[in-house]
Amino acid sequence: MYISLPDRRARKSPASAGIPVTRVSSVVVTLGIVSMLTDISSESVASILPLYITGALGLSTIAYGFIDGIYQGVSAIVRIGGGWASDRADHPKWVAFFGYGISAAAKIWLLFASGFAAIATVIAVDRLGKGVRTAPRDTLITVSSDDTNLGRSFGVHRMLDTIGAALGPLLAFVILFFLPTGYHVIFIVSLAFATVGVILLGLLVPGRRPRRERAVSGEAARPFRWRALADPRLRRLALAAGVFAVLTVGDGFIYLVLQARSPFAALWFPLLYVGTNVAFFIFAVPFGRLADRIGRGKMFVFGHCGLLAAYACAALPLGGAAITVVCLVLLGAFYAATDGVLAALAGEFTPKDSTASGIATAQTVVALGRLIGSTGFGVLWFAVGSQIAIAIVAVALAVAIPAVLVVMRPLITERQRA
Amino acid sequence: MSRRVRLTVVVLSAFVLLGGAGAYVAVSVADFQAHTVLTSAQSTAPIGDAGSADGATIVFRSTDIANGYGFVARVPAADPTADRVLTGVQCDRVYAATTTAGDTETICLRIDRGILTTFSANLLDDSGATVRSWPLPGLPSRARLSADGELVGFTAFVTGESYGSIDFSTATEISTTDGTDFGNLENFTLIIDGQPNTAVDRNFWGATFTGDDNVFYATAATGGNTWLVRGDLAARTLTSVRETAECPSVSPDGTRIAYKKNTSTGVIAHWSIAVLDIATDKETLMPDDRNIDDQVEWLDNDTLLYTMPGVDAGDSDVWAIPADGTDASVLFIPHAASPSVVR
Repeated sequence: MYISLPDRRARKSPASAGIPVTRVSSVVVTLGIVSMLTDISSESVASILPLYITGALGLSTIAYGFIDGIYQGVSAIVRIGGGWASDRADHPKWVAFFGYGISAAAKIWLLFASGFAAIATVIAVDRLGKGVRTAPRDTLITVSSDDTNLGRSFGVHRMLDTIGAALGPLLAFVILFFLPTGYHVIFIVSLAFATVGVILLGLLVPGRRPRRERAVSGEAARPFRWRALADPRLRRLALAAGVFAVLTVGDGFIYLVLQARSPFAALWFPLLYVGTNVAFFIFAVPFGRLADRIGRGKMFVFGHCGLLAAYACAALPLGGAAITVVCLVLLGAFYAATDGVLAALAGEFTPKDSTASGIATAQTVVALGRLIGSTGFGVLWFAVGSQIAIAIVAVALAVAIPAVLVVMRPLITERQRA
Repeated sequence: MSRRVRLTVVVLSAFVLLGGAGAYVAVSVADFQAHTVLTSAQSTAPIGDAGSADGATIVFRSTDIANGYGFVARVPAADPTADRVLTGVQCDRVYAATTTAGDTETICLRIDRGILTTFSANLLDDSGATVRSWPLPGLPSRARLSADGELVGFTAFVTGESYGSIDFSTATEISTTDGTDFGNLENFTLIIDGQPNTAVDRNFWGATFTGDDNVFYATAATGGNTWLVRGDLAARTLTSVRETAECPSVSPDGTRIAYKKNTSTGVIAHWSIAVLDIATDKETLMPDDRNIDDQVEWLDNDTLLYTMPGVDAGDSDVWAIPADGTDASVLFIPHAASPSVVR
């Protein structure tokens, strides 16, 4: 068993030395901008892909569903691999660079791909890059931050990331508005954004070597070991996150419930996710700061109250614009309170030499849990109807929140003692 | 490299790459608009009066970059390669019919492009004015009117949580053109091989009407299989007729149904067009081996029309093939999509 777990609060990293502890490192902001540029690139293409495949290439949407499956699956599988490679090589920046790089390269292929197999390959490579880069990038955020501002750092990163995810589709649709057949123009714009992101990462983000740095500063450094992931705190976190993930039904289901009841939601149905994204980026930084103040474990658990409130909103037999907007704001708040916080917690509860693997493990548990949750919810939906199905999941979540609070209690109180 | 040099390189490359991309967009847009603004030199007409004393007219969506891309256009059925007459209406899927009063009625499914892109189905009267409008949950797919213009049906993909996540879910609605909604076909009772079916993954698409305004055909899918179903509007039922048949289209004389049939055994569908004789239950496969993904339109009782993607992205052509399967397909209208025959 790995026993030596020095308190992260005591850590002094070169990036944070001399900087007031509450300020977010410029490395985090740079990584945020890299993610923003990359998300503009990826989401602009992803948003018009159904149109391109069905409308321009004349492929069927069944084929599209198949491509979408690749999208989700590949990313989850390689995520752990990316974390492992990052820890093993002690080069989080260059593993992340590889991930961003192959996603950018995929955009070049997209310019020439025209058959189903070619498009499927390009998408798989793009998602491969996303899977590989996520954990090492979150590791860079962790090592470039201080315990007092880790939540805020992730908040800043996720805010910039979500802005990119919101801007990408808007950019693509503005181009299509003026140029209805301008798919290749969008691909070229997408390639330009991705390339700038990769150059920015390569030249301006310092190549940290977390393990070597600690060895130099006299801390005990150990090579990566799988059993480092057996830390009981990480296990508790993974259990808690897994339980919550299974009770997190896809946003799409909530939008469908809203659409069925509210003419406002029906009119704006294809755009409801934009509302969620906007709430996400507005709340990301304030919630990150709050997490630093009250404790990230608490924030993670209480963030799920936002999801519970969103379910309640959707289950209430009320229509109208206000309830739709409230529901989207709650969903966005839920993501803002939990997404970056989970990565921060996973980093906190993993030995430093295994940070990337720990973060990757937690994120993979969540991804798989949500897949199971959404599939199960789909079955429930048709078995008992949407309204009752949402109510059942809401009750389950209402029970799970105090239960998870008990599971997480050691993690929360430990922080307060520290 | 010092940090200052690296910063300079990043700023310069961002300027060159993003600026270059911006310039490319500007040039492409200018080039496109120079070609697509309707000029007085092009023959234009209001959307109405499509049917005329001179015989049937083909109403379609122009996909000609140089001639009214995205606008509804028409040509005489007897002379499909004649200069197209463009209307001022833009649709992504269109279907037109003549009402019993002799007016042209048009169902126009649209991607309402903009910073916030939405989707709608619009029923247009003879003057082109929007009579009714329905919001759609995603990309337009199929649109139909009954031959007497009394019923309208349309299918859209359910785009869901983001543009990027179509998981092949469809929504099909049927309404009377004077204002009664029958709603989403998901709320009809589905009967497959005599058994009521309430499977989790039911999907419906591609409705088509018959001479009887209570009866229609559509596609039902569940568990990876598709069925041609016969719908009854009064009873709100959908009853399976035949397996592996999608996007039906009933011949003008009502004796046959053309549909697309998945002939692939693998994961990826390959559709061919087949014609079913209703009286004899005999299915004939059309001799066109290309992958055809469209809801067929009958030019007359002997000829089928369907859209095939063209060489360039966004371009397509309308092809014709004899409905008895005796001869190969021929190019019917180049740079066109979504044909409907207005009689």
